[in-house]
Amino acid sequence: MPIRVQTENFDIQAEIEKLRQDRRDVGAIVTFTGTVRDMAKGKPITSMELEHYPGMTEKQLSEIEQQAHERWPLLGSTIIHRYGKLEPGDNIVLVITLSSHRQAAFEAAQFLMDFLKSKAPFWKKETPLKGQANWVDAKESDTDALTRWGDETSKQ
Amino acid sequence: MKLLYFAWVREKIGKSEEVIELPENVATIADLINWLVEQGPEYKQAFAAKSTINAAIDQTHVSHNTQLNNANEIAFFPPVTGG
Repeated sequence: MPIRVQTENFDIQAEIEKLRQDRRDVGAIVTFTGTVRDMAKGKPITSMELEHYPGMTEKQLSEIEQQAHERWPLLGSTIIHRYGKLEPGDNIVLVITLSSHRQAAFEAAQFLMDFLKSKAPFWKKETPLKGQANWVDAKESDTDALTRWGDETSKQ
Repeated sequence: MKLLYFAWVREKIGKSEEVIELPENVATIADLINWLVEQGPEYKQAFAAKSTINAAIDQTHVSHNTQLNNANEIAFFPPVTGG
């Protein structure tokens, strides 16, 4: 199951085809794409720098993916996360899930994103139009999102 | 033992990694933070809000009361903000 951490952009349709290949048992394909907004806390931003922890990032994403495959009957999944300098409108993250039926694909995609947001070691630094670049604060709501999946470690 | 710092922890300390000789009385992540804080004002500033700093031992998230044991790599960083 592909996991990639890269600076370059990704092609959503190409990634779907790569994952699906010519299998005919897939009945549902869900994709989630996270993109860079042009505003942060009501102020315009010009760019964003994404830092990560090489090695741990891939390890965390693999663990999260494995958990999703244990919980849902997935036929495939892809996680791609970019790092480096990104601008408003740019893609940041792609999650694809394949299943025979939509419920598993929808739920697993949401699970993957919820866990990625609070476990994968990425940090965003935003450069506003005016003033100094600043690190984005983590949101309580991202950790809270894990409790719906019954995750105890989220309270750590 | 190798220490790694990320995001604003890295910026405040002024380096992304270093190798240290672990003092004998340092057994847990919390002990290590307390020891680092004494190593200079930049560490003191980086760990000022101790409870907000996340730690990983050999690339796995851990709490501050976790034993270091024979860890190879310990990382300190702010709460993650990817996705």
